[in-house]
Amino acid sequence: MEAIALRDVHVCYDAFVALDGVDLVVGQGQALGIVGPNGSGKSTLLKSIAGLLQPSSGSLCVLGTSPKSLEPGAIAYVPQVEAVDWSFPATVWDVVAMGRFPRIPFWRRFSRADREIVNHALEAVQMESLAKRHIAHLSGGQQQRVFLARALAQQPRLLLLDEPTTGVDHATEEALRLVVRDLVAQGMPVLMTTHDLDRVTEWFDLLCVMDRHILAFGTPEEVVDSGAYAAIREHTHTHGHLRHDHAPHEGHADHPEVRPI
Amino acid sequence: MSYLLAPFAYDFMQRAFIAALLVGVLCSVMGTYVVLRRLSFIGDGIAHASFAGIVIAYLRGADYYIGAAVVAVLTALGIGYVHRKGKVSLDTSIGVLFTGAFALGIFLMSRQRSYTVDLQSFLFGDVLSVTRADLWLIVALGAIIALAVIILYRPLLFASFDPVVAEASGIRAPILDYTLLVLLALTITVSLQSVGIVLVAALLVTPAAAAYQLTNRFAPMMALAVGFGAVSGVGGLYVSYYLRSSSGATIVLLATLLFFLAVGLKRFIKRQRA
Repeated sequence: MEAIALRDVHVCYDAFVALDGVDLVVGQGQALGIVGPNGSGKSTLLKSIAGLLQPSSGSLCVLGTSPKSLEPGAIAYVPQVEAVDWSFPATVWDVVAMGRFPRIPFWRRFSRADREIVNHALEAVQMESLAKRHIAHLSGGQQQRVFLARALAQQPRLLLLDEPTTGVDHATEEALRLVVRDLVAQGMPVLMTTHDLDRVTEWFDLLCVMDRHILAFGTPEEVVDSGAYAAIREHTHTHGHLRHDHAPHEGHADHPEVRPI
Repeated sequence: MSYLLAPFAYDFMQRAFIAALLVGVLCSVMGTYVVLRRLSFIGDGIAHASFAGIVIAYLRGADYYIGAAVVAVLTALGIGYVHRKGKVSLDTSIGVLFTGAFALGIFLMSRQRSYTVDLQSFLFGDVLSVTRADLWLIVALGAIIALAVIILYRPLLFASFDPVVAEASGIRAPILDYTLLVLLALTITVSLQSVGIVLVAALLVTPAAAAYQLTNRFAPMMALAVGFGAVSGVGGLYVSYYLRSSSGATIVLLATLLFFLAVGLKRFIKRQRA
């Protein structure tokens, strides 16, 4: 069974088409890298798979069903660190423990087993020594590690990461990569958007280039040889980072329709 | 000692103390979410809008609380809907709707010949007029709110910090948001008679904001807020008894004083550490 299968998926924000006919298949134990210019719908794609956005047409099958009908905790989504207010009253441990919440019904206590899972998750990202630190006092790389640890504590069946390597130090990037590769080796499907085109062969089994639909898909080597990747790569080198001069409503596509109250 | 116990000689004072304590505690529990999710304007809006419900209930000879609760809950759900759809900015829509509903209440009240002190007590609060039936209502709604917060504690905490990830991991964040708003509306409803429409938002925000100064974890923040709310409610009522001042205003002033003490204490602790 494929972990993820999208057929002709369209997602619209009002009149703006963020995803325009996406076809995508990812199997168990595969890490897919998603690259594309700003506004190309990378985050929209992840959010649709996470069940945060409803496709306006097409079929979207995640772990054999629709994202909303999966059991709580099945999908772990790791957003960009700017997505939350880091002055919230919580320690590193508290935030990682939240990963357990979808797995615990209200009548059950936070058990010793839950605590151990949280501690393991912190160890996996090498943050156990900072467990008691307030989250306001973390670097960007440490924030990203906390988010990944929270996802690990959730013990999901699918991991989605939205540009986890943007703006983090090299040590953090390597720590993230090792954790992801370890999960993939255990059979976890992983989807990750990235701007970092240099190390795609080390991160991913599959790579896709998208701009509102999939332009190229295959092994990283295959995609590197294809024209789509080269065009983006050239763009990157000219401008220092990926961008797209004609992206309509730039940024719009990457902004969530899910609003906190 | 007799000085301390003197107010308890009266039945209505005993009821007032229980009401002030419960309202202080409830507002502080909900206030923790209000502060962290920045809902204070929504709280103020719901309180003002509920005045229309109180007046309509009065004119039809129905129970004030039912009128207030119906309008408060409808307002809360309406605000949640507008917020989620996001077509109109939230502060604009609250600003329009709550002042409109509040004006409707004043309008209807002013057309009554026999108008009337007891409606005004809802504006500024009069905890001394809490009847036995009112008190039971506060206890019942308080129990519902407390039970809901206990059952939803973990999902509410997750969704307060990171609503998007909470929803992705299967927590029904939209339903939680609406539930929280309804709980907020009920809390405001039971608090109206004690502290009044104009001041209830203060009791929602101030104890939790004071607690936020002194801790950086969620559960201690809620516990401290409850302590501040209880002290404000009971202490404020004591002070108002001896100063013959408005109970609602005195309760809120005491909470405000506690807030500034907490700010001062935080600075003091920081300086000691530095």
